Amino acid sequence: MIVTPAGRWTGRIWLTLGLVFLYLPIAALVVFSFTDSPVPNVWAGFSLRWYAKLVGDEEIRSGLFLSLKIAAATATAAVVLGTLAAFTLERFPRFKGRALFSGMVSAPLVMPEVIVGLSLLLMLVSVQRLFGFPERGMVTIWLGHLLVGLAYATVVVSARLRDLNPQFEEAAQDLGARPLQVFLLVTLPMMAQSMMAAWLLTFTLSLDDVVMSAFLSGPGSTTLPLVIFSRARLGLDPTVNALATVVIFVVALFVVGASYLIAARERRLHRQQRSAAETSTRA
Amino acid sequence: MKHHEAERSGGAGWRLLLQGRRLVIGAPYLWLLLFFLLPFLIVLRISLADMDGATISSLVSYVDQQLVMKLQLRNYATIFQDDIYLSAYGRSLMYAGITTAICLLIGYPFGYFMARASARLQPLLLMAVMLPFWTSFLLRVYAWKGLLDAQTGWVGRLLLHIHADRLLLPLGLIPAPGEFMYSPFSLVLGMVYTYLPFMLLPLYATLSKLDLRLLEAAQDLGATPWQAFWRVTVPLSRSGIIAGSMLVFIPCVGEYVIPELLGGPETLMIGRVLWDEFFANNDWPLASGVAVVMVLLIIVPLAIFNNTQSKVARS
Repeated sequence: MIVTPAGRWTGRIWLTLGLVFLYLPIAALVVFSFTDSPVPNVWAGFSLRWYAKLVGDEEIRSGLFLSLKIAAATATAAVVLGTLAAFTLERFPRFKGRALFSGMVSAPLVMPEVIVGLSLLLMLVSVQRLFGFPERGMVTIWLGHLLVGLAYATVVVSARLRDLNPQFEEAAQDLGARPLQVFLLVTLPMMAQSMMAAWLLTFTLSLDDVVMSAFLSGPGSTTLPLVIFSRARLGLDPTVNALATVVIFVVALFVVGASYLIAARERRLHRQQRSAAETSTRA
Repeated sequence: MKHHEAERSGGAGWRLLLQGRRLVIGAPYLWLLLFFLLPFLIVLRISLADMDGATISSLVSYVDQQLVMKLQLRNYATIFQDDIYLSAYGRSLMYAGITTAICLLIGYPFGYFMARASARLQPLLLMAVMLPFWTSFLLRVYAWKGLLDAQTGWVGRLLLHIHADRLLLPLGLIPAPGEFMYSPFSLVLGMVYTYLPFMLLPLYATLSKLDLRLLEAAQDLGATPWQAFWRVTVPLSRSGIIAGSMLVFIPCVGEYVIPELLGGPETLMIGRVLWDEFFANNDWPLASGVAVVMVLLIIVPLAIFNNTQSKVARS
């Protein structure tokens, strides 16, 4: 295909402007977390005072701790259920109620959170009236986050399952492995990296959620996003910028590190598969 | 074929597989029925009830030895008669539509150029698009509050410098000259910013799989690049366009956080109305009615979305 120089330059400019648009707020958050001004969009010299304030902020600290606990629990449960759901969708082409199942799995991806949050809360209230539990708090927030997390985890894992070469599983089966052995020794290792990616994604989603948490939280269970949201509503607060900078650096470190590990693993797996294929053709 | 293998290896193995299969399907299925479908039915039921003091009136009662079922349609009457609700629904659909259109206008060329970038650059670009998605969306939306300030914010000052307010003011997108925040403009900007990656990723996925030989064939047959684009590339990326548009449009209709942080008094959307009915007015039946009507509004886009998802899965 012929690409004109004009077309190439349009492409470069478009991509650059798009990335600037995506990264501008992130840059602003980081830059103004170091400002010496009480307004976080005015530069008044370098200072770390907002970081010092952040360290001493009890509300943020307890919110962060709660959010981390919920996020870890959400991600773990979402990966387990999501892997089962992905397996169901990719490996069992027909069973009763499949259409309903696939609809229910993907609906929370796009369903407005106010609807999901409201409906889950109303159900939990009904259950609580009948049985006296659960109290609104950590567990109910976890249930809500899990609903959304499950949908994302399923998408990530089933994309991987779809690309998986079924020949490896068939070969294992032909060599006499039982279904469970096939799953544990062949399928699971090949899915592991997508499960890791799903864990990280659902973890960050849970760590970021406002609406579900607002519906499902009770007294004393204020997650970090709820703290940030209530401050952001009131106005600009440089402590929030300092917090954002910390979050951005931790996440970037994690994501870059994880994708590096995943890529390295992928290459190794690929090499092993290729050498196995070569050995088998020679034999 | 797998089933035959299992059968040959003995009845016990086959039975075990069946049980395993039942467990694999059953666990997430049951979970979703319990925590996704059942809550909806409860919302539907509550929307047909009344507030009976602090509790919700029951639909079925036993009066004069007769089972009486009373459905209250009052909540729906309120929603369809009161202008607040109808105009909030209309506004939500409008802003969601505008956001989707702008995301597509920015995102389609972006995805297209991304898919045409060199093989070495593509994974880096993909990573660059995904990375903001991993960092808190709440914090990134909050950042726009500072950026759009016309006196001190980077973007606000730039917009003022190029006199963008002279264009935005007659369109009714900003309330006053030199004020960009708390307006339809800042709301749409925030929603486009937040949902752009959701548009980009499915578009890139379909555009990068496009068989370039088809474009060459079109050119050999005498099509100009522009014709080849409209008659080959665009139709072949239809599934990406639909998936991306639905991923943007549907959540935008019920968006709460972005209008709350960046929107103004004249951008009241239905998510906020639901929120207020529930939290401020404590009117659970009315809030449920608002939610049910919202589900009815998005059910067609939702069905289209599910349809393309399962088509992608099948291909």
